[in-house]
Amino acid sequence: MNSFSYARASESPDLAVALLNENQGRYLAGGTNLIDLMREEIETPAALVDISRLPLAQIEEREGGLRIGATVKNSHCAAHPLVRDRYPLLSSAILHGASAQLRNMATTGGNLMQRTRCYYFYDTASRCNKRTPGSGCDAAQGFHRIHAILGTSPHCIATHPSDMCVALTALDATVQVTGPDGERSIAFGDFHRLPGNTPHVETELRAGELITAVDLPASSANLPSIYRKVRDRASYAFALVSVGAALRVEDGRIADVRIALGGVAHKPWRASIAEQMLHGAEPTEANFRQAAEAELTPATPGHDNAFKVELAQRMIASVLQELAEVKA
Amino acid sequence: MSILNKVIRSVVQVMPDQAPDELIASNRYLGRSINRLNGPDKVTGKATFTADYPVANLAHAALAYSTIAKGRITSIDTKAAEALPGVILVLTHENAPEMKVPKEFGDGSSNDAGTTQAKILNTDHVSWNGQPIALVVAETPEQAEAAAARIHATYEKEDCVTSFEAAIGDAKQPKAIMGEDPEVTRGDVEQALSQSAARIDLTFTTPPHNHNAIEPHACIAQWDGKDDLTLYDTSQFTAGVATTIAQVFGLKADHVRVVAPYVGGGFGGKGGAWPYIQLCALAARETGRPVRLAMTREGVFRIVGGRTPSQQRVAISADDAGKFLGFVHEGVTAQSTHNHFPEQFSFPPRHLYSMEAYRIGQKVTDLSRVANTFMRAPGESIGTFAVESGIDALAYELKMCPVALRMRNEPDADPVSGSPFSSRHMRKAYEMGVERFGWKSRPAEPRSQRDGDWWIGQGVATGTYPVYRMVTAARVRISADGTAVAQTSCQEMGMGTETVQTQHLAERLGLPMSKVRFEYGDSTLPYAGVAGGSSQTVSVALAVQEAGAKVLKELLALAQKDERSPLREANFEDVVAKDEGIFWRVSGGGESYAAILSRAGKDFVEADHKTGAPMELLKYSMHSYAAQFCEVRVHALSGEVRVQRWVGSFDTGRILNPKMAVSQFRGGIIMGIGMALTEETMFDDRTGRIMNPSLAEYHVPVQADIPDIEVVYTNEPDPHTPLGAHGIGEIGITGVAAAVANAVYHATGKRVTSLPITLDKLM
Ligand SMILES: Cc1cc2nc3c(=O)[nH]c(=O)nc-3n(C[C@H](O)[C@H](O)[C@H](O)COP(=O)(O)OP(=O)(O)OC[C@H]3O[C@@H](n4cnc5c(N)ncnc54)[C@H](O)[C@@H]3O)c2cc1C
Ligand code: SF4
Repeated sequence: MNSFSYARASESPDLAVALLNENQGRYLAGGTNLIDLMREEIETPAALVDISRLPLAQIEEREGGLRIGATVKNSHCAAHPLVRDRYPLLSSAILHGASAQLRNMATTGGNLMQRTRCYYFYDTASRCNKRTPGSGCDAAQGFHRIHAILGTSPHCIATHPSDMCVALTALDATVQVTGPDGERSIAFGDFHRLPGNTPHVETELRAGELITAVDLPASSANLPSIYRKVRDRASYAFALVSVGAALRVEDGRIADVRIALGGVAHKPWRASIAEQMLHGAEPTEANFRQAAEAELTPATPGHDNAFKVELAQRMIASVLQELAEVKA
Repeated sequence: MSILNKVIRSVVQVMPDQAPDELIASNRYLGRSINRLNGPDKVTGKATFTADYPVANLAHAALAYSTIAKGRITSIDTKAAEALPGVILVLTHENAPEMKVPKEFGDGSSNDAGTTQAKILNTDHVSWNGQPIALVVAETPEQAEAAAARIHATYEKEDCVTSFEAAIGDAKQPKAIMGEDPEVTRGDVEQALSQSAARIDLTFTTPPHNHNAIEPHACIAQWDGKDDLTLYDTSQFTAGVATTIAQVFGLKADHVRVVAPYVGGGFGGKGGAWPYIQLCALAARETGRPVRLAMTREGVFRIVGGRTPSQQRVAISADDAGKFLGFVHEGVTAQSTHNHFPEQFSFPPRHLYSMEAYRIGQKVTDLSRVANTFMRAPGESIGTFAVESGIDALAYELKMCPVALRMRNEPDADPVSGSPFSSRHMRKAYEMGVERFGWKSRPAEPRSQRDGDWWIGQGVATGTYPVYRMVTAARVRISADGTAVAQTSCQEMGMGTETVQTQHLAERLGLPMSKVRFEYGDSTLPYAGVAGGSSQTVSVALAVQEAGAKVLKELLALAQKDERSPLREANFEDVVAKDEGIFWRVSGGGESYAAILSRAGKDFVEADHKTGAPMELLKYSMHSYAAQFCEVRVHALSGEVRVQRWVGSFDTGRILNPKMAVSQFRGGIIMGIGMALTEETMFDDRTGRIMNPSLAEYHVPVQADIPDIEVVYTNEPDPHTPLGAHGIGEIGITGVAAAVANAVYHATGKRVTSLPITLDKLM
């Protein structure tokens, strides 16, 4: 690990932003990802601004929806009665991630900003365009069983590993940020980026900007939903494929459907193609399967992760079918 | 088998047996579930593990590792490292003092414990990806790690083979496998295979695994002058480390003291003297300070090897009744270009089944990778996966119950050597397991049980592990205050060594446990070999028994000389040790140790003893057995496998402490479930580099992966082993992967022949 300076901003987000911009560093929240990355020297910030004590740890009702502060612990968020009651998909997704110990440390903002688990990204002896732009991608011809199949580029096939973000994508969340140029909102679907030829640029967050909260709209509250995570062991493993879905059927037709996938892309993947096909359609197994297939048609798997295409299709269809049956 | 070996074997056949141990059924302490003596110290943090030793003026070391598999270091830049605060010394091949390459670990009969023939630091040549290329000493561990990360080398790469698949074609038959023939044959096996009612011919693969004991390897080295060295080390072979490090630095072996009272798990990974130990000692010598080198988890992956990959063919044919006619088990494992350890996967079928004709053997190929090493039941764990999966497949071919098929081929004597079994209760183990598991209600048809989205299946497999005994020395002392101590240099990696040996000593001398102490984990104590091969408990017990007998004889001699002693007329055969003293076997009169010693004016009597070679192993076929039963569910859509029920039924001689024994069995089964479903070291074939050197990506099972595990055991004493016991550290893992694979087949109708059984193989 490199030496770095440390400052704590406890009073206000603006102070944190000011401190960071003076020092050119990184915000430190739960530290469960950043500290690991610093130990491995994947990230070598000269300064840390500790935001874990900012007054951003509340969950509040707002315009019929919820505002989840950036420093709310993942465990707190998952257990919160309002979240469990209105957005059970979020609660379930969080509880499928990491371990109880990690969730007790991890925060909303940190979860959004966590970095990929690509083996080559973590190994400074390997070539990685995300870590060292232009150096190449050792995963392409190496181990990529856990890698992306959708939205990949020749430059990077890494995934965003979060579970929580899959739910937030499906629930049409909005990310609230503040920074040197003031406050702004970013739609969740736009927050994370595809790799393109700049895999090192992972989000729309600009230099120095701080996430202050994530908002959940009233429109996605109280939907019947399921989070299904498929992984290599029963707990404490990242998703090979996960599906967060919600479904509302009215008069035998699909009135609202939201499908998001984890473990398949550089960002939490909103399955818009499938959603579009299903809107207004009958909730049948055949329709679900067809929509799932259409979503995965653009997939570009490699030799290790071809199974994810079929797996994602099956999981989308079966989760929707289960939701349809519960409704019926 | 060598001619000498054959001659010895034939001589041994006519030698009389030792009488069975007289404690074989004694049960004041033995056979009881006595709690781990050091449990409270461990859970309250009082137990001093290696890295915990408070040593004054301690400096800290860290390593930098090569990033290529083979080649030469063309430059190494240490300036940035040296410039960092707290850095005391940086050693590379350019300035490291010469160390000798120690002798490699042998067959367990010597104290050599070298793990690689590659020079460490004394060469610009790289032999594996992860080889230490620099050693940094600093004031704090963090400073040392930071400096090690600043060291940059450039290389000239050389061609090499890092891919097991690519190397299989170059495999050669070694001269011997652990002293046994690399291949054994009988009859015309090809003909037997071709002319039979049913046959299977399958090829299995198992991946490499790495050691992940909860305590990463660590060492503290402290020199006293130039010739005396004390090492605190996470070792399961203190005597071996002492000898090996003495070889490296040209010291006398008894001038190196290795201390290891508590070791946080070994599983074979701490049996060798891996290079960090000599580097720690070098750092201490060159800085003139005591130095600690506590390996990082990644560091352990880079320099401590693990289980070899294997490819195994199993072909078996049988007649209508299921009798095995032809039996082939052959294949390849890998070692490295700089060590020798052809893992003995072909041993299990040599002792398990009667076969008309067979060819059982193995080859080994060399890779430019970190040296492989023993890992819990090396050989038997991967060998039973292939063989027991094959037998399961044959059972379906024959439409026979897999248990019945195995019982049909239960041999009367060792199928290869012809030796009688010392103790074999396989049928009883199976009967107990069948009963406890409820095997009889299992439907015969595969893919016939469904619960919602899940297929359900039940599988069974045989496990086996040899009985070994190592030459071991012990010292026993009985003192005038009525207490006793036994000492050997053996080790405790959490198995319960201290507890069971204390039970034994108390029982042997007729003392209460509170009055006896067992001292171990220090190479200056009487010699014990590696805590490996599941041999330590019985090896140490015999040494203590024989040293104890010497002490009792001396005490009796004191009594015989004493007019006032009720034992003055007694011969050794007439007396027993009980009630804290020596008593007439028949009439019951006698006196306490304290009385004898105080009247003789002695503070204590002590004796050392070294046991003889394990001749019984040449006369008898000596093994432990297991019948592993499990139930799995396999998700019909995703292929996820969850083990939901387990019954392990063991035949391992007499059980000395049920609570700790069951814990060992369970631990083995859990490790086996990891082997079956999740564990795999990911060597990138392009670079020979391990890409998952962390517990986040190297998947050992978590709690949620493990069901309730029931354990039953025959508890049949072996008349030819000390205490009637067998070692039990390794048997638990054997047969586990096959039981899971067989249950997966029963659930889904899919035979997975490559481990781990990940969901993509079942979709
Ligand atoms: C072994 C292991 C297993 C895991 N398994 C899972 C899993 O299965 N599923 C899953 O979803 N996650 C998993 N995680 C990841 C875990 O969820 C993340 O590490 C965690 O959410 C990060 O949150 P943090 O608060 O600790 O972030 P930090 O480590 O403190 O920060 C991470 C990044 O976010 C930035 N950041 C933090 N807060 C803000 C803010 N408010 N504004 C702007 N930038 C910010 C930091 O600067 C840093 O770059 C696992 C982690 C580990 C170590
Ligand atoms: S997939 Fe992306 S993160 Fe992984 S090595 Fe390639 S560029 Fe780096």
